[in-house]
Amino acid sequence: MMKARGAAAPFAVWMAIFTVIPLGVVVYYAFTNADGAFTFENILSIREYAGSLLRSFWIGLLSTFICLLLAYPLAFSISRSKGRVQQTMVMLIMMPMWMNFLLRTYAWQSLLENNGFINQFLGWFGIPPIQMINTTGAVILGMVYNFLPFMILPLYSVMVKIDKSVIEAAQDLGSNTMQVFSRVILPLSVPGIISGITMVFIPIISTFAITQILGGSLINMIGDNIEMKFFGTAPDYNVGSALALLLMVMLLISMGIMNHFDKNGEEVGA
Amino acid sequence: MEKKPIINLKDISLSFDGEKVLEGLNLSICDGEFVTLLGPSGCGKTTTLRIIGGFLTPDSGDVFFGANRVNDLPPYKRPVNTIFQRYALFPHLNVYDNVAFGMRVQKKKKAEIAKTVERMLEMVNLKGFEKRTVSTLSGGQQQRVAIARALANDPKVLLLDEPLAALDLKLRKDMQNELKNMQKSLGITFIYVTHDQEEALSMSDTVVVMDGGEIQQIGSPLDIYNEPVNAFVADFIGESNILDGVMLSDYKVKFFGRVFDCLDAGFEKDEPVDVVIRPEDINIVPAGNGLTGTVTSVTFKGVHYETIVDFYGFKWLIQTTEYHPVGEVIGIVLDPDDIHIMHKSRYSGMFGDYSSYSEEFDEMNDPTIDLVDDEADAAGEAD
Ligand SMILES: Nc1ncnc2c1ncn2[C@@H]1O[C@H](COP(=O)(O)OP(=O)(O)OP(=O)(O)O)[C@@H](O)[C@H]1O
Ligand SMILES: [Mg+2]
Repeated sequence: MMKARGAAAPFAVWMAIFTVIPLGVVVYYAFTNADGAFTFENILSIREYAGSLLRSFWIGLLSTFICLLLAYPLAFSISRSKGRVQQTMVMLIMMPMWMNFLLRTYAWQSLLENNGFINQFLGWFGIPPIQMINTTGAVILGMVYNFLPFMILPLYSVMVKIDKSVIEAAQDLGSNTMQVFSRVILPLSVPGIISGITMVFIPIISTFAITQILGGSLINMIGDNIEMKFFGTAPDYNVGSALALLLMVMLLISMGIMNHFDKNGEEVGA
Repeated sequence: MEKKPIINLKDISLSFDGEKVLEGLNLSICDGEFVTLLGPSGCGKTTTLRIIGGFLTPDSGDVFFGANRVNDLPPYKRPVNTIFQRYALFPHLNVYDNVAFGMRVQKKKKAEIAKTVERMLEMVNLKGFEKRTVSTLSGGQQQRVAIARALANDPKVLLLDEPLAALDLKLRKDMQNELKNMQKSLGITFIYVTHDQEEALSMSDTVVVMDGGEIQQIGSPLDIYNEPVNAFVADFIGESNILDGVMLSDYKVKFFGRVFDCLDAGFEKDEPVDVVIRPEDINIVPAGNGLTGTVTSVTFKGVHYETIVDFYGFKWLIQTTEYHPVGEVIGIVLDPDDIHIMHKSRYSGMFGDYSSYSEEFDEMNDPTIDLVDDEADAAGEAD
């Protein structure tokens, strides 16, 4: 016990500097006004941002769901391919992540713009320009594109660990392809689904740049509002902190729910 | 036992990446039979089992279940169940759900499933383990779950791929008995893979000895032991001294420059043959009688001593309950039924020489040279 505590000391310092102190500052600002006096006003003003918060959640949920739908079959087919192919595929998936996500998002902007590449291309065939930029669709596209690897990788890493002989055992016991999937592969990949969702949903819901680049001023998410409160034309650190605190609490609740699912999965099985 | 063939493998060949793994394999398995595939690692036992289970399709040849050709029938439609080399239990399910898996897939009634699972767990002595997760079970317990899971499906044929390999000796012996009893009482056909010859001999009705993707011999355990067809089988099924000999006529074989009576016939006149002498068949007598040799090493093996005796440069393994110290000069006599004659094969000269047991390594490489020298005076002494 003592030994463990000693070894944990650097971690405690790290936690204090990078987690506890900043959190304390956020809490302080959230419950004080501009003069530093205690107040609930900031918290109460959150009501004005309910629409934005709601939008954040459903964009987050939808994007995460699309990521899951795309990533699951992809991760599975990678996990079942030969060693060399696996390495190459994982590499290809990670490669875009080496480029800054802002750059990647700007690239999408120039593709989707009203006189961007796609509309120009359509123009050659006499098709009138389609409004793509500054739509919810564009925002969701940007989210899915940026965060897809974070869904694929945890799924893949859980799926490669599914022993081929377990799948064969299921077939041996009379399962057809669908039954093998629903009774063995899906339950065994639940931990990957959980961590994939966590790794995608949380950053999506708190992001701001993607909405601003692809959604313009029309679509704002809670992250945009927080950013505005700190770096916008009319900064208000107190309300900004209150919003940040709210977001944190909401995410903690979501994670709690996710973990609950994970635990359930574990109780049933391994 | 009914003699109705239930599975027929006809001229099966299979290659992986251009490398032949099975070649011209023919095997007929009867209903209710306990058949063991026996052979060294990599000889194609698992591959053969996987072809029967439907996990591999042969490059050429046919698989028949009864009268039906099933080459392209997927595993889940085959009336066989497998106990995999590494059990392959479902890690996300507890013991009960593992055993119930097959019946649930078949949409059996809940009550029926519960009854069968209970019966199966009782049979494999795992009552009370229903709720345990499989990762908390010992190797032997996992093994039993795998057996229960396969048998719960009421298969016609059970394929077992080295099911006891991971168990310690004592547990292995117990499980051998249990499996054999289960097979008898349920009347199921067992196709059992092992590379343990003792296990194969003690459990099987029929032993199939394989090497290099080919079947070397098919027969009852007794036949395989007493009448091995070639040096490989003789060596793989227990210890054997294998010598070069010449078949002079029916019932007369010559080796070590002497003529011995034997029980084998039907060879060509003066055909070169391999002579097999089992270490436990050799009778040690005082020196001066029969062949004379010097003890070069003795190892205590529990039931018997493994005694290596140098006969004119060729070293024999003799298993005896009597202790003969190193350096003692002894004689041996061979009865006609101690000698078994085999045709020459590609395995001739590869097995059955115990020279490597000795410290005198210089002698081991070519025993025949010494033999020729010593032959004359040896013959003079003994006859
Ligand atoms: N999927 C595969 N790809 C390539 N080669 C394979 C494959 N499966 C088996 N082999 C090769 O086929 C040969 C026979 O393998 P098999 O698994 O049937 O051996 P085995 O008799 O079961 O051996 P063991 O006693 O070690 O289990 C081996 O040389 C093995 O390397
Ligand atoms: Mg094998």
